Amino acid sequence: MRIKEHPILNFKEERKVIHFTFNNCPVTGYEGDTIASALHALGIKKLSESMNLKRPRGFYCAIGNCSSCRMIVDGEPNVKTCVTLLKEGMDVKVQSNKGEIYD
Amino acid sequence: MSKYSLIKVKYMIKKDLVIIGGGPAGLCAAKMVAEANQSCMLIDRNQILGGQLIKQTHMFFGSEKQYAKTRGIDIAEKLVEDVKKYSDLIDIWEDTTVVGLYQDKVVTVLKNERYVKIQAKAIIIATGASEKVLAFENNDLPGIYGAGAVQTLMNVYGVKPGHKIVMVGSGNIGLIVSYQLMQAGVNVLSIIEASPKIGGYKVHASKVRRLGVNIETSCTIKKAIGHENVKKIETIKLDENWKEIEGTEKEYEVDAVCIAVGLTPLTNLLSMIGCQMKYVSELGGLVPIINENHETSIENIYVCGDASGIEEASSAIVEGYLAGLHACKKLGKFHPKNDELMNEYHQQLTNLRNGPFGEKIRIGLKKQGVCKDVS
Ligand SMILES: Cc1cc2nc3c(=O)[nH]c(=O)nc-3n(C[C@H](O)[C@H](O)[C@H](O)COP(=O)(O)OP(=O)(O)OC[C@H]3O[C@@H](n4cnc5c(N)ncnc54)[C@H](O)[C@@H]3O)c2cc1C
Ligand code: FES
Repeated sequence: MRIKEHPILNFKEERKVIHFTFNNCPVTGYEGDTIASALHALGIKKLSESMNLKRPRGFYCAIGNCSSCRMIVDGEPNVKTCVTLLKEGMDVKVQSNKGEIYD
Repeated sequence: MSKYSLIKVKYMIKKDLVIIGGGPAGLCAAKMVAEANQSCMLIDRNQILGGQLIKQTHMFFGSEKQYAKTRGIDIAEKLVEDVKKYSDLIDIWEDTTVVGLYQDKVVTVLKNERYVKIQAKAIIIATGASEKVLAFENNDLPGIYGAGAVQTLMNVYGVKPGHKIVMVGSGNIGLIVSYQLMQAGVNVLSIIEASPKIGGYKVHASKVRRLGVNIETSCTIKKAIGHENVKKIETIKLDENWKEIEGTEKEYEVDAVCIAVGLTPLTNLLSMIGCQMKYVSELGGLVPIINENHETSIENIYVCGDASGIEEASSAIVEGYLAGLHACKKLGKFHPKNDELMNEYHQQLTNLRNGPFGEKIRIGLKKQGVCKDVS
């Protein structure tokens, strides 16, 4: 899903690879990605589940306004993954409840 | 024990002027304030300043004075450069979200997982807008995204939203983002528009049509189909009373849908502090009531740009300049060219809002209480 060629923008291929886990599976993204953009590039669109009906949810606004992209990151729930930069070794999980602090 | 319990409120920073939002409006306000030799703090929740401009690869329309015929990304760079020149006067806090605003002009922010309090004398709110959603069956399926989100994903992070997409809405944003999707190599199957007329400028519509994209008017999205992701959508034609015409349903196989049905001002901070608000549909929804100086119903709380009513980057720029001038004037700092600039900017706003495309804005502003910069 990465853009390879673009008439105006230049997305460098040689960016640093960042390793992280999604639902315990090892995956990779690039330096400069947000968690949501890295997941989307891997074809992962479902980020959370709605609280009551457990409907799948992806991101919607990608600028931190709507909370539709909330996930559990390193044990911390309700992280807006569309505005959180990806870091080496992050543990990212789909969130399906209101969110508790997991220790 | 959670790490949250370790975070203590340690600071109460004092600042004369705090500007919330570093899009074109906030950046321009900061520039004017610094030129008047007034210090300020500029806060933005993003890691990069520039607001919506950082994802806009197209050349802007409007007047040369507000950088028309320049790409949004280049305008952002220019405005940020201007502000960074004044590092002695403008204290820039990026990656910082304002989470609270109180009547005694205390601004609370979250920065590096710390909660910090700032006591201001005056505040300029330039938080921009958020995208509207559209009600239809399964509108919450992953793969259904706002147009701005699609633009951010593509143009900031270099990731395609999907391979086959339908655009809902033919305003300027829908048309421009469709074109940018094609530049990124995405197949735009159709642009659908509920009203009988295309909403955006003719130049933008012609550009996408030349590339073979059909713009279907009097047509809306009825439902999305899929389990974990959107797989298909069903559209339907509308009659002159906007009623669905049975038997005109059409299916598209898609892996993403882009919703471009407009923006609404991001005013939660204004509501929180108790500014008087009013619903003005022409300006995108709930807007603060303001006077000619861009001041809200609360003294020394100013607002500019999309947060005070949806217009364009060009007007956000000029409104930012004006809010900056008015705010520092009241704090007792005059810009050396204060009177000249005020006249000039008020005139520029009047010009920007002139003509048939500005009509909606003119009606909206009159309802909001602004009578000066509309002819
Ligand atoms: C696809 C598209 C195409 C467009 N094309 C054009 C065009 O050709 N010409 C034109 O003139 N205009 C165009 N526009 C409109 C233009 O981008 C906006 O009108 C303009 O960016 C508004 O500026 P602003 O400073 O008010 O808000 P924004 O640019 O939205 O900036 C607001 C800033 O506030 C920050 N913020 C919000 N809340 C908080 C908070 N709580 N704490 C800290 N920071 C916060 C945000 O991170 C953001 O950086 C287009 C818009 C879109 C989406
Ligand atoms: S997608 Fe809206 S907050 Fe992340």
